[in-house]
Amino acid sequence: MDWGALHTILGGVNKHSTSIGKIWLTVLFIFRIMILVVAAERVWGDEQDDFICNTLQPGCKNVCYDHFFPISHIRLWALQLIFVSTPALLVAMHVAYRRHEKKRQFRKGDQKCEYKDIEEIRKQRFRIEGSLWWTYTSSIFFRLVFEAVFMYAFYFMYDGFRMPRLMKCNAWPCPNTVDCFVSRPTEKTVFTIFMIAVSSICILLNVAELCYLLTKFFLKRSKKAGNPKHHPNHENKEETKQNEMNELISDSCQNTVTGFSN
Amino acid sequence: MNWAGLYTVLSGVNRHSTSIGRIWLSVIFIFRIMVLVVAAESVWGDEKSAFTCNTQQPGCNSVCYDHFFPISHIRLWALQLILVTTPALLVAMHVAYQQHQEKKLLVLTGHADAKHMEEVKKHKMRISGSLWWTYVCSVVFRLLFEAVFMYIFYMLYPGYQMVRLVKCEAYPCPNTVDCFISRPTEKTIFTVFMLVTSSICIVLNMAELVYLVVRACARRGQHNSNPPSGKSSFYGHKLSSEYKQNEINQLLTEQDGSLKDMLRRNPGLQEKGDRCSAC
Repeated sequence: MDWGALHTILGGVNKHSTSIGKIWLTVLFIFRIMILVVAAERVWGDEQDDFICNTLQPGCKNVCYDHFFPISHIRLWALQLIFVSTPALLVAMHVAYRRHEKKRQFRKGDQKCEYKDIEEIRKQRFRIEGSLWWTYTSSIFFRLVFEAVFMYAFYFMYDGFRMPRLMKCNAWPCPNTVDCFVSRPTEKTVFTIFMIAVSSICILLNVAELCYLLTKFFLKRSKKAGNPKHHPNHENKEETKQNEMNELISDSCQNTVTGFSN
Repeated sequence: MNWAGLYTVLSGVNRHSTSIGRIWLSVIFIFRIMVLVVAAESVWGDEKSAFTCNTQQPGCNSVCYDHFFPISHIRLWALQLILVTTPALLVAMHVAYQQHQEKKLLVLTGHADAKHMEEVKKHKMRISGSLWWTYVCSVVFRLLFEAVFMYIFYMLYPGYQMVRLVKCEAYPCPNTVDCFISRPTEKTIFTVFMLVTSSICIVLNMAELVYLVVRACARRGQHNSNPPSGKSSFYGHKLSSEYKQNEINQLLTEQDGSLKDMLRRNPGLQEKGDRCSAC
């Protein structure tokens, strides 16, 4: 179970996201998870082995490393990415539940059910409205909260986002104050800034998506209030066309993401 | 066979679980197995090489490490996750057995075409009758394993906290020696995290157990309060699933019995018999 498996799980959710949601997912997988795996993990790979203190006192290095790095950047980012991507599973569960209900309706032979067979139900893309809108909005909200919490935790633990070259340590058993040198501080600073920048972009995308959903919701509401007599056939045709277009776009997006991950 | 292989095996079981069971499976794979693989394993990666004792006595390091860490957290968690996820295989085996029975019945009643066979494979089994008991047993075993491992953890590493310094006096260390553990704070954070997710899983399992029991009692109550008309049909309806199972078993034994008779009378038909016993 690794990042590839998470990509498989979340790829399915992609179908029911808005376009901003799809961009967010792509940014997450390519600019954060992939960078973490292929680059950042190597930079932090020797963080403890090459953390050198100017003393021969056994145990001093361990204690100083533990004091200055309560939890490593890499682990914090891994936890952040796991927490930030899991609210999307709420949406996946809701969609699965709706599909299950439609299949039950279809099996009972309900006249209202407009599907020809089970396969069509399985492939159909649900519109983000009604209770699904609330689930989707909650998931975006949770993503925002987790991103903000982890950014704050980062800032709080590491006093700004810079990695210093030298740290002065006087924890027991170190004799008096001892100089300790961090391995690859500049490279670590570069990657830290990069990950913070991408995290901020993701926060912006989430805020934009939230605004988009709210705007769409209020527009629809005011339209309904303004036009009480609507023409259902005409509206359905437009929605059907939009659905088809969205499906084509999402399929091509999915192929692009799969292409990148392969 | 690795965690991905386990994921493949258990995804199949997911179909026949309750919704709480599916949430439980997602929590296990994302918040426990994935965190173990991508984060925790690298934290404990250098646990022995960076375990430093304040002595130059050869062997003291190894002996002290072994004394304080009889089994590493990572290995305990891996064992816990494997044992906790495998009761679900009981359910998978039972479902496979039921599907096998249904296929046999289809063959006997002459509906053995590809479409019906696919339908048997794809449809979701209801959690009722003997499958309910199997499912409940699997949940009880999961709970038991989780509790046992939480207890073992507490016994081996009291307080769940990783200390920075341990004092060791095992032979061949001279007198008492200070030994320093690598990354104790990070290890404590991950231990607490895994403990919290373990507790969440225990709560989910208990909720699932309660849900199953309540559902079964509600169904039973419905049967008792809404009997179909007629005394004989009431009993027929009450025993219908067992009645159907009895019918299936009878048809199958008759088929086996007649097959054995045929083979005794005509030994030349052995080949045909072999083919039939394979279905």
